[in-house]
Amino acid sequence: MSDLSRRVFMLGSGALAVAISMLGSAPARARQSLNERIEIHADGTIRLRVGRIEMGQGFNSAMAQLAAEELDVDIARIRILPVDTAISPNEGFTDSSASIRSSGMAVRRAAAEARAMLLGTAARRLSAPLSTLRVDDGTVRSATGSISYWALVAEGSLVTTAPPRLKATADRRLVGHDMPRIDLPAKVMGKAVFLHDLRLPGMLHARVLRPPSYEARLASLDSALLSAMPDVRLIRNGSFLAVVAECEEEAVRALERLRSSATWRESETMPEPGDLYAYLRREANVPELSPSSSRARLSATYEVPYRMHGSIGPSCAIAFFEDGNLTVWSHAQGMYPLRSSLADLVDLPQEHIRCIHMEGAGCYGHNGADDAAADAALIARAIPGRAIRLQWMREDEHLWEPYGPAMVAQVSGRVENGRIRDWGYIVASPAHSSRPGGATRLLAARHVEPPIAPSFLAGFTQWAGGGSYNAEPYYDIPAQVDVRFVRRAPLRSSALRGLGAFANVFAIESFMDELAAEAGIDPVTFRLDHLSDPRARLVIETVADHFGWSRFTEQAGRGKGFGFARLNNYGAYVAVAVEMERDANGRFEIIRAVAAVDCGEVVSPDGVRNQIEGGIVQAASWVLMEKVDFDRTRVTSADWDAYPILRITEAPEVEVNLIDRPGQPPLGVGEAAQGPAGAAVANAAASIGPRIRSLPLNR
Amino acid sequence: METAFRLNGAEVTAEADDDTPLLYILRNDMGLNSPKYGCGLAQCGSCRVIVDGDVAPSCSITLASVAGKTIETLEGIGTPGRLHPLQEAFLAEQAAQCGYCTAGMIMAAKALLDRNRDPSDNEIREALERNLCRCGTYHRIIRAVRRAAREMAR
Repeated sequence: MSDLSRRVFMLGSGALAVAISMLGSAPARARQSLNERIEIHADGTIRLRVGRIEMGQGFNSAMAQLAAEELDVDIARIRILPVDTAISPNEGFTDSSASIRSSGMAVRRAAAEARAMLLGTAARRLSAPLSTLRVDDGTVRSATGSISYWALVAEGSLVTTAPPRLKATADRRLVGHDMPRIDLPAKVMGKAVFLHDLRLPGMLHARVLRPPSYEARLASLDSALLSAMPDVRLIRNGSFLAVVAECEEEAVRALERLRSSATWRESETMPEPGDLYAYLRREANVPELSPSSSRARLSATYEVPYRMHGSIGPSCAIAFFEDGNLTVWSHAQGMYPLRSSLADLVDLPQEHIRCIHMEGAGCYGHNGADDAAADAALIARAIPGRAIRLQWMREDEHLWEPYGPAMVAQVSGRVENGRIRDWGYIVASPAHSSRPGGATRLLAARHVEPPIAPSFLAGFTQWAGGGSYNAEPYYDIPAQVDVRFVRRAPLRSSALRGLGAFANVFAIESFMDELAAEAGIDPVTFRLDHLSDPRARLVIETVADHFGWSRFTEQAGRGKGFGFARLNNYGAYVAVAVEMERDANGRFEIIRAVAAVDCGEVVSPDGVRNQIEGGIVQAASWVLMEKVDFDRTRVTSADWDAYPILRITEAPEVEVNLIDRPGQPPLGVGEAAQGPAGAAVANAAASIGPRIRSLPLNR
Repeated sequence: METAFRLNGAEVTAEADDDTPLLYILRNDMGLNSPKYGCGLAQCGSCRVIVDGDVAPSCSITLASVAGKTIETLEGIGTPGRLHPLQEAFLAEQAAQCGYCTAGMIMAAKALLDRNRDPSDNEIREALERNLCRCGTYHRIIRAVRRAAREMAR
């Protein structure tokens, strides 16, 4: 790495400065790596290498909590190093609500291993039997003496004489207890914590001019307009257009000028918006249900529209290319997959690319982050020696992010003597994952000349996951489930929190209520009648109790609704009850939501509560008001006025009850509320009536 | 063109075109981090700062419009040793997930509390209506503002 780029690193955020000091030649014995993840520094800090990212879900705090627990140190000593392809373990994407059970358990084991090495060495150094040692914030004490981890590291030569042993549940002092998030103090003080805040010396500002629609191709460009801005550079590669300027406002002005100087060839490639669900059914070969269902057998069709991730901070990336080496700072969910995908896009061997994570705004899945990194990389490749900061504008994110796909589910079933006798389920779903596994998945790949991937569909030759999530009901019922893939979907789609679990649970839980009504049985009782798993029963009973389900009396315009699911049928159990009102204008408003969650052993109780609360509010927003609009040619939901989301004036009170199970394996929680909360909101609206089976409710 | 204004207690001048959005001046010329680009359309609130006591979307007001005015941002309302009660309250309530909207939320709440020491929940909600949070921490934010109001009344 050149001197400039090294200086660049040093001037970045503290975390980056840390990263580079590790790579440089630190004085001997100032630090020691005890394993792939744990590094003890003589200054009394512990650095942790992780392969998953913080995206607002509290990942770093939970990792610090787990490491501090096993190492017996104050949590303030733990520093989480940013995921960096130069130093971090490769843990792929931060997805699938799997961070605690994968990274977390790896960190726990690595910390226990490190502690064993330190204790073994201390025993020798203090001439004391291992069994007599205790650790107090990193200081090992025997009956007669003491030495700290940092002093042991400064002395060098750690030995592994003690076998690693995980702390017994009863001995834990941090795990399972509320700890304040380690990242929030800097965030409430306005420190430089986001990638958006990283400023590198000599950094240039870039903006990309996207085509006006998916299939648009550049027809002509009147470069005379831009030539009036001599300090602005135009990057042009096929239909990939970008402007680069010394200062940000100039880049934005140049973007507007570029927009007015470009003309595009567009074509009508999308279905009539009103025909979307029929289109999905046709593509998946799912015949329309006949509306007349007999009394003996109920059937219903549920429809979920395309929804946005809607990060509050549009995607951003910084790239620096020099001497054949490319460094990219990105808030994407997988630095290693990003690196290998960029390699194909910018035609560099991946050993010459380094991807470093810095936090972005909450992403809730695969948003524009990878694409912005690709844009920045392409521009940096064209302007060596200058750091390029590429900031997407709001409309870039709104119009080009890969949405959570629209889905259509048809359910039919029969209830007899209060029991479900059969259950048929067909769901049609476009791709839930188009994460970059190669350059074809990057947005710019379709705009460069020649295109690397002319269509978003390139690469989707077979089933692309996600639509089957939670399609199997968790209830003890004879179910026939048929999941069909829509390959030729109209809009770009990828992983949005919960994937297909959201639509499937919405459909299943709605239909459970319809069957319960048919049987004349209370919806909660009806669910319990079909559930034998005691953990599932307990979250339902807990919610019913805390909500006051059986005491709640429905009035005109005021109702209640229930939803339950176990994420993907192997993750966390979540039940949600919602109280709802319909105002004079016919708009539904949520008054309160009560939830219970069983996610096995809880590392950070408030971390779990925050995830479930946030998931409920986000799912409520999806169900109440969210839908990506388009016409035959373009996506039209270009900003927050065109795509409204829940505001604080509409936010419900939310109560989350935790069922902690120390010693049990942790179960994924980040996406676990989406289905049950969405279903509870829809069911509450249906209790006010009439039932709306095509989301959103308030449009 | 030079424009002078007061920023977090200091007299500053910015040299940029009059029509430059204040947000870019604050972030790039003044080196601040807390005002965030979110939409550039005054729709999301992540760039909100206080101008002469009123909350304003810095992405959509020009440099010229703040000439001679007093601007407060999150950086100016507390120090690491002595945080503003709103900053303390956001920590006490853990009222964030990603934290991207936090600065705009706190500034909108400060503008409210500066003129209304004892706001009702509805007044808090109305004051923050133009601030979007996608992580879903609204109810925590309301609790934090309530807590700060209580602390400031002591």
